[in-house]
Amino acid sequence: MAHQALHDDTCVVVPLYNEATVVGDVVRDLRTSFPVVVAVDDGSTDGSAAVARAAGAVVVEHPINLGQGAALQTGIETALRLGAEYVVTFDSDGQHQRVDAEAMVARLRSGEADVVFGSRFLDARTRPGLVKRAVLRAAIVYSNATTGVHLTDTHNGLRALNRRAASTLRIRQNRMAHASEIIEQVGRARLRWVEHPVHILYTDYSRSKGQSVFNAVNILTEMIYR
Amino acid sequence: MLIKLLLLVAIAAVFVLGLRAPSGARHLALRRVTVVVAALVATLSVVFPDAWNAIAEFVGVGRGTDLLLYGLIVAFLLYMVTTYRRFRDMEQQITLLARRIAVDEAVPRPAVPPVPAEEDVTGDDQR
Repeated sequence: MAHQALHDDTCVVVPLYNEATVVGDVVRDLRTSFPVVVAVDDGSTDGSAAVARAAGAVVVEHPINLGQGAALQTGIETALRLGAEYVVTFDSDGQHQRVDAEAMVARLRSGEADVVFGSRFLDARTRPGLVKRAVLRAAIVYSNATTGVHLTDTHNGLRALNRRAASTLRIRQNRMAHASEIIEQVGRARLRWVEHPVHILYTDYSRSKGQSVFNAVNILTEMIYR
Repeated sequence: MLIKLLLLVAIAAVFVLGLRAPSGARHLALRRVTVVVAALVATLSVVFPDAWNAIAEFVGVGRGTDLLLYGLIVAFLLYMVTTYRRFRDMEQQITLLARRIAVDEAVPRPAVPPVPAEEDVTGDDQR
């Protein structure tokens, strides 16, 4: 039980791009439960990598900016090389909760599923704005129609995978279309998945970096012409 | 009019070609054949400039010049789509390269155990 309280067989992957002001706190908080945090610095120009390293993360540095999808795949491959049994993907801007990640890993440990997707729409804790809600809803409808996996929240950065699931992923969408791609590959590999209610904390900071409608157009193009 | 049908089919073909991954040898061969054919057509156009007017009349376009312009637009669309695809492929290769560098740097692979020195063995045999 002792080792389960301290998840030393779990690796938390944090894709990182110019988040120097918040990533230190995110990594320190994560490390109170998860000793191994892999921060994938995607060519940040604000010293994010140094901040993450000082906070105790294993930092993997992309020599050039490649995009969040590429950073996730790099982090997952690093986690596998480190011998992780469970891999959690966690955003670097502080919008996810460590306790949610712990609960999701617990569900993997129970053998209930190979993949646990975080969903902000399973309970009423998360309150996205109107436009954000509309864009997310459209993304959910599209993703459910094209991937064959029916989720209530398709663009949530908080996920937990066991080693088998993590090894089957091959994220090729470098930029934002990776969220749908992960779901599609999970469906195609016939992995067992469940959704877990998570709380997304929309701070002024995360809102200032939020996704615009232009991104939706870009994602759609990337999904058609891949 | 015949030209409308031809152009619509051409545009649809360009869109579909963009969806399919260009496959190595066949794609390259196609590109080369296209270049040769284009050079041939260009040569013929110089020698027989009136041919375009005849073709234009046949497909229902006013002048040969207009027909050339339509053809150029379709060719440009095709070029755009195939170039986009090639850039995507190149981006993918750069990604794999950058990832390999990043991961190797952060978590060095376990050192390969030294191969038992073969020279010693052969050396022993010779003695």
